Amino acid sequence: MSATGIGAAVRRKEDRRFITGTGHYTDDINRPGQVFAYFVRSPHAHATIRSIDVKSATAMPGVLAVLTGAELGADKIGNLICGWMIHSKDGSPMKMAAHPALANGKACHVGDPVAVVLATTLAQARDAAEKVKVEYAVLPAVTDPAAAQKQGAPQIHDVAANNTIYQWHLGDAKAVDAAFKSANHVTKLDIVNNRLVPNAIEPRAAIGDYDSGTGTFTLWNTTQNPHVARLVIAAFVGMAPENKLRVIAPDVGGGFGSKIFIYPEEVVALWASKRVGRPVKWVADRSEAFLCDAHGRDHVTHAEMAFDVDGKILGLRAKTIANLGAYMSTFSSSVPTYLYATLMSGQYEIPQIYCEVDAVYTNTVPVDAYRGAGRPEATFVVERLVEVGAREMGQDPAELRRRNFIKKFPHQTPVIMNYDAGDYNASLKKAMDLADYKGFAKRKRDSARNGKLRGIGFSTYIEACGIAPSQAVGSLGCGVGLWESAEVRVNPTGSVEILTGCHAHGQGHETTFAQLVSDRLGIPIDNVSVVHGDTDKVQFGMGTYGSRSGAVGMSALVKALDKVEAKAKKVAAHLLEAAEGDIEFKDGKFSVAGTDKSAAWGDVTLNAYIAHKFAGQELEPGLKEGAFYDPTNFTFPAGCHICEVEVDIETGNTEIVAWTAVDDFGVVINPMIVEGQVHGGIAQGVGQALCEGAVYDKEGQLLTGSFMDYCMPRADHLPSMNVDTTVTKCPSNPLGIKGCGEAGAIAAPAAVINAITDAIGTEDLTMPATSSAVWLALQKANRMPHAA
Amino acid sequence: MYAFTFHRPQTVRQAASLLAKNQEAKLLAGGHTLLPTMKLRLAGPPQLIDLSLIDGLAGIEQSGRSLTIGAMTRHNDVNTSPVVQQAIPVLAKLAGMIGDPAVRHMGTIGGSIANNDPNADYPAACLGLGVTIVTNKRRIKADEFFTGMFSTALEPAEIITKVSFPIPKKAAYQKFRNQASRFALVGVFVSKRGSDIRVAVTGAGSNGVFRVSSFEEALKKRFSPKSLEGMTIPADGMNSDIHGSAEYRAHLVGVLARRAVAEAIGKSAA
Ligand SMILES: Cc1cc2nc3c(=O)[nH]c(=O)nc-3n(C[C@H](O)[C@H](O)[C@H](O)COP(=O)(O)OP(=O)(O)OC[C@H]3O[C@@H](n4cnc5c(N)ncnc54)[C@H](O)[C@@H]3O)c2cc1C
Repeated sequence: MSATGIGAAVRRKEDRRFITGTGHYTDDINRPGQVFAYFVRSPHAHATIRSIDVKSATAMPGVLAVLTGAELGADKIGNLICGWMIHSKDGSPMKMAAHPALANGKACHVGDPVAVVLATTLAQARDAAEKVKVEYAVLPAVTDPAAAQKQGAPQIHDVAANNTIYQWHLGDAKAVDAAFKSANHVTKLDIVNNRLVPNAIEPRAAIGDYDSGTGTFTLWNTTQNPHVARLVIAAFVGMAPENKLRVIAPDVGGGFGSKIFIYPEEVVALWASKRVGRPVKWVADRSEAFLCDAHGRDHVTHAEMAFDVDGKILGLRAKTIANLGAYMSTFSSSVPTYLYATLMSGQYEIPQIYCEVDAVYTNTVPVDAYRGAGRPEATFVVERLVEVGAREMGQDPAELRRRNFIKKFPHQTPVIMNYDAGDYNASLKKAMDLADYKGFAKRKRDSARNGKLRGIGFSTYIEACGIAPSQAVGSLGCGVGLWESAEVRVNPTGSVEILTGCHAHGQGHETTFAQLVSDRLGIPIDNVSVVHGDTDKVQFGMGTYGSRSGAVGMSALVKALDKVEAKAKKVAAHLLEAAEGDIEFKDGKFSVAGTDKSAAWGDVTLNAYIAHKFAGQELEPGLKEGAFYDPTNFTFPAGCHICEVEVDIETGNTEIVAWTAVDDFGVVINPMIVEGQVHGGIAQGVGQALCEGAVYDKEGQLLTGSFMDYCMPRADHLPSMNVDTTVTKCPSNPLGIKGCGEAGAIAAPAAVINAITDAIGTEDLTMPATSSAVWLALQKANRMPHAA
Repeated sequence: MYAFTFHRPQTVRQAASLLAKNQEAKLLAGGHTLLPTMKLRLAGPPQLIDLSLIDGLAGIEQSGRSLTIGAMTRHNDVNTSPVVQQAIPVLAKLAGMIGDPAVRHMGTIGGSIANNDPNADYPAACLGLGVTIVTNKRRIKADEFFTGMFSTALEPAEIITKVSFPIPKKAAYQKFRNQASRFALVGVFVSKRGSDIRVAVTGAGSNGVFRVSSFEEALKKRFSPKSLEGMTIPADGMNSDIHGSAEYRAHLVGVLARRAVAEAIGKSAA
């Protein structure tokens, strides 16, 4: 292993500019003549828009225009779409309601954009926005997914009776029923998977810039996938053909999924820029972000697991109602279906699984993928069932897991996935040793002496990453392929630019992709630059989400590097006057087998460009190769997280006192970056378990609309984490990578709740397990010593 | 933010006369309550009167059995002052529990008590120690000063200049944080100075900071957590919101009061 190659803990190249404030985020970019957009948003969760009077707003100082859905319609700007078709059990297609970028006669959630003011300064735009008079007829609202389908619930969209988007299922219901009939024990749980607000540190932003000379649009945008944004805005919204639309995603400060989607604001920025003939800038403030960034999770589930006398799992069934909010966001339909039910087998050999999912509209912010997307929800269901099952049957939760682990690979689950490799026992054992599971009983006694309840919880999770084989997802309804592209441009002096269709917004690609190139070509890591996030530079790519950039993006890079090496060998053969087949390439040097003749990387690259040593008809000059890589399977990162908590019996406050994570991510490119990803993922998972939760009131107002009420996890919510790995190589891609970006967020919630419920001795606890929720659970279980 | 005129008077008298002349004007101290509400356009005072250039409004002084803290003294200065740490250590500690470093370097004691946020920390200390609030017009006892949530006995054009703290024999503060805002979900301040025993509660009451006379009576017999064993306060009149029910808050008042007394006498509550 070289100091900067695969497996080295190289410091992140990009951190210098991020830490010194010299990064370039969308808000740092200013176009000559730019004006500002400010959105008038619905203050009501559900209302008919009777009229919009823009007269006095338009007359305000600095105002260029005030635009509404009427102008949008007149210019034939198309609706936003959801790009993954799901069919209901009865074969009918999902009920996708129109989603105009500016409300068309009706507002469906608080924050729904109703009009936009364009003005010379932001303050002027804001002042004028207050003068836009919108007459609403307020309608009753529904925010709770379980209530949305009930008789008499307010109807949000005409296309979706009972607010139901689809009623989908996966698995064999009859076989599962039979399995349950033969069960010795059945564990049943009602689960709420709480709604989360992503809260990337950089709020979303967009600059639309129309060039009337060429008729082309440029969009600077906080997006995780600029090419997908261009595709949707060109093909569906109909702004301009792809060749006349350039999308640039500069530095992006965190996404966690919420910046995958195509949102109204960027469409409006582009369109308005043509309308007013000036570049248009929009930057969300934090309050807006709460009301217009796609939220995550929000499931209500009833789940059951059947065990035989030996504690072997016989079957699992679950019925979930998934809240998709007021409109179907870009990939919303896939999250509670193919990214959720397909993971219901966990790490276990479960012969039969049946999962039903109803997706519903409510008067809330749209819900879509958020770090883990469907897999945290699935893991929570499976890992709670197994843990509670063990408790009910009086078995050790680790032992019960071990007994049910899948041990032979490949393993076909009853829910589509075919696990390619893993060793679940190895990660469980290592985690138990690191966590000193044996010493837990003594630690529990010590805690009791200090008036604290101590608990321990496991989460042996699995996820499907490396998203995804195009044919497979196509057959499941996905509107796009999920391959990735890479291009390697070698300069005459031997330095290299690589272009990737992935997009980094915190992941450190500028370092890890360069490590791969450094490793492969034997050149210093500083001689490798990574280009991404610009549709004019990178031809096409699918972006970054679903822990895919390593497994899919780097695999494409390997393919391109293979081609570069093959071409470079041809050049070297001419240079060294040897047969191509005799050329060997190692550690940045080309040599002729069996001789001491050699040429350095830089000599060969220079010769590729000066082309003095070969004739044009023999070999093309230059050294630049590209590749597309389509994965053959998902990858299956898995591992074991163990959380230990102390609960203050009097206040219900939970302190996480120890965390052990042993993950199998396959081959690790940069262990330091991986550890950081694990830390961040755990922090977000702990946030979901302990403190985060979006709460709406009956009228559909978001009560947790700021950090005063929406609790993000902080450093003091977390102990120093004990993070380690085990490795089984992933057989499905050339580097053996599985992916690590979401693992922590997937594993953590179940580990925390298993630990707290172990401590307090009652399972009746929903997330977030705030001190007041834990206190209430203790009260209900009537265990309070001071219940006076 | 809406546009406003910015005044920077040099004396309290100038500030008071600006305030008297402009009904809707607002004093600006550390700005950590006022400015966020202005940025959100929830407040739009046409005039801001900045107190930061007025000499003598900030500072900490001890004379005999009392400690005086100027209205413009920042939380961080109270937190790190050797004088406060020596005289009323719990007050220094309390100031260090407010918000985050940025807030503590800007926020002031005068701004905090003038604002009388029902979840703020200083009001508990002021009521729990029986301070005297000194203004440009008069001296006001803490018991008369805090008149309800976000409301005080201050009259229009009245400016807090300093707060005078009697030095207690024993005192402690237990803050149970709202995990989101980090203000007090419930905070209980206890003190003992001769026969004067005070238990003041912030965060819990739907009408701001209040004293718990039943606890004070019990503690008069013996200043020990045991005296409060099994005691709670009624949930009526407690705040109830997504962060905790009235019952939970009432329960916490009992728990935290016992812990505070234990801390004050240097014992653990368990
Ligand atoms: C992120 C954050 C976290 C916080 N956390 C906490 C916390 O944990 N605990 C807590 O107690 N507080 C907390 N605060 C509030 C903080 O302590 C404020 O700074 C304080 O409450 C107000 O003081 P200020 O000096 O900033 O006043 P300003 O915001 O300047 O003024 C507040 C009000 O008081 C008036 N005023 C100011 N000075 C005087 C005076 N001398 N006489 C009369 N009226 C005056 C002003 O006109 C205004 O109406 C937090 C604030 C923030 C932003």
